[in-house]
Amino acid sequence: MQPFTYQRATNADDAVRAAHARPAASQFIAGGTNLADYMKLGVLRPEQLVDINALADTGHGRIEVTEQGLRLGALVRMAEAQAHPAIRRDYPVISQALMLGASPQIRNMASLGGNILQRTRCEYFRETSWPCNKRAPGSGCAALEGLNREHAVLGTSEACIATYHGDFAQALIALDASVETVGPRGKRTLRFAELHRLPGTTPHVETVLEAGELITFITVPAGPHTRRSHYLKIRDRDSYQFALAAAAVALHMAGDVVQDARIALGGVATAPWRAHEAEAVLRGKPLDEAAAQQAAAVAFADAKGRAHNSFKLALGPQTVVRALMEAKTMQVST
Amino acid sequence: MTEKRGDAVDVRLSINDKTYRLSLDPRASLLDALRDHVGLTGTKKGCDHGQCGACTVHLDGQRVLACLIFAAMAQGHAVTTIEGLAGRDGALHPMQRAFIDHDAFQCGYCTPGQIMSAVACVREGHAGTEADIREYMSGNLCRCAAYPNIVAAVAQAKREMEGA
Repeated sequence: MQPFTYQRATNADDAVRAAHARPAASQFIAGGTNLADYMKLGVLRPEQLVDINALADTGHGRIEVTEQGLRLGALVRMAEAQAHPAIRRDYPVISQALMLGASPQIRNMASLGGNILQRTRCEYFRETSWPCNKRAPGSGCAALEGLNREHAVLGTSEACIATYHGDFAQALIALDASVETVGPRGKRTLRFAELHRLPGTTPHVETVLEAGELITFITVPAGPHTRRSHYLKIRDRDSYQFALAAAAVALHMAGDVVQDARIALGGVATAPWRAHEAEAVLRGKPLDEAAAQQAAAVAFADAKGRAHNSFKLALGPQTVVRALMEAKTMQVST
Repeated sequence: MTEKRGDAVDVRLSINDKTYRLSLDPRASLLDALRDHVGLTGTKKGCDHGQCGACTVHLDGQRVLACLIFAAMAQGHAVTTIEGLAGRDGALHPMQRAFIDHDAFQCGYCTPGQIMSAVACVREGHAGTEADIREYMSGNLCRCAAYPNIVAAVAQAKREMEGA
């Protein structure tokens, strides 16, 4: 592992100041579950770590629930948010997505802010002897003609087909969440949907965050759809495994008729992925299996399979259909 | 701060109710500090990448992976390892006893992590059913596949820990 200096920040401004001295060479560290792994592999090579865990004591470790929605401190741990009674009751898709991610130990460690910035598990990104445009820009993509069973079918480019593996992010993009940040140029609020970038020709640039910019809060607006929301994750083993395909859905129903539908797709795309066109297919119509299949087909209309991941062109839509039908039959208290 | 890269950091760790003052490379994980600097080798290094659970310890009572925590980050927190689980008189914790009773291991390498994870699993209230135990113990791999015995051991220890 490359040597680094270590320092603790006491508050958000302190953290930004510490990172600002050497923005490109600095990394914030909270749970470390993703970063420490990638530092050991030599994939990430920060020269300075700024430990932001003390920010949990300055309001960034709190969960606030109001009639307007949720405000989640970026230092809240996955396990804590997952178990929160109001989140389980009123935003089940968030609780389920967190519960189905990682292992109990990792959920105790990983912060929500870190979770949404997790890096891909693409094996060619993880192993430094392979070409990888995300890790070493311009070196090529070993996954295009390699073992790409777990790779993306949506949002890909000729430079990168690495999957964005996070689950929580799919719940957030489905529920129109936002992130609050503080950076060298002050505070700003971003729509969660704007945070991640598609790989295009620059897969090494994964988000719109500037060097030294820190996520401080995640906000989720309330709405009539959040209680009837659901996360379905399909994977090779039943627990502690990344998704082959996943769907985050939220429905506002009037009887059998869909007033509003939200659909996001995990395990199949290069970034958190909202399927707006599929949602439009459902709106104003009774929700039955045929309608769900029609919407799912639209969600995957532009999907492109490779040598080993074409099964996702069938598995992905089936996952959407099942998630929608399960959400429809959820018992929801009002 | 004026540290340079390569400088050691002074770290004070509280482990099993004892305080240790260490001078460490910032790159040292809590796992390396425990095994190589403090001499507590009960915590095992399996994958060293957060995938196997062999290094599970408790930080302020919560189960975590010592391989993914830089030792400096553990300062100010109470670390409990497998060596800190038995009573002061040496009496085994009910979970340790249950692993022996149910022969819940073969090679034993994953066992300290399994036991630390299992104690937390019970305390969290996640050992109510066999399905729950399997789900909430999924972060601890056993390549000998002693899983049925591990589930039985956790269920037995849960009854004893809760005084049933």
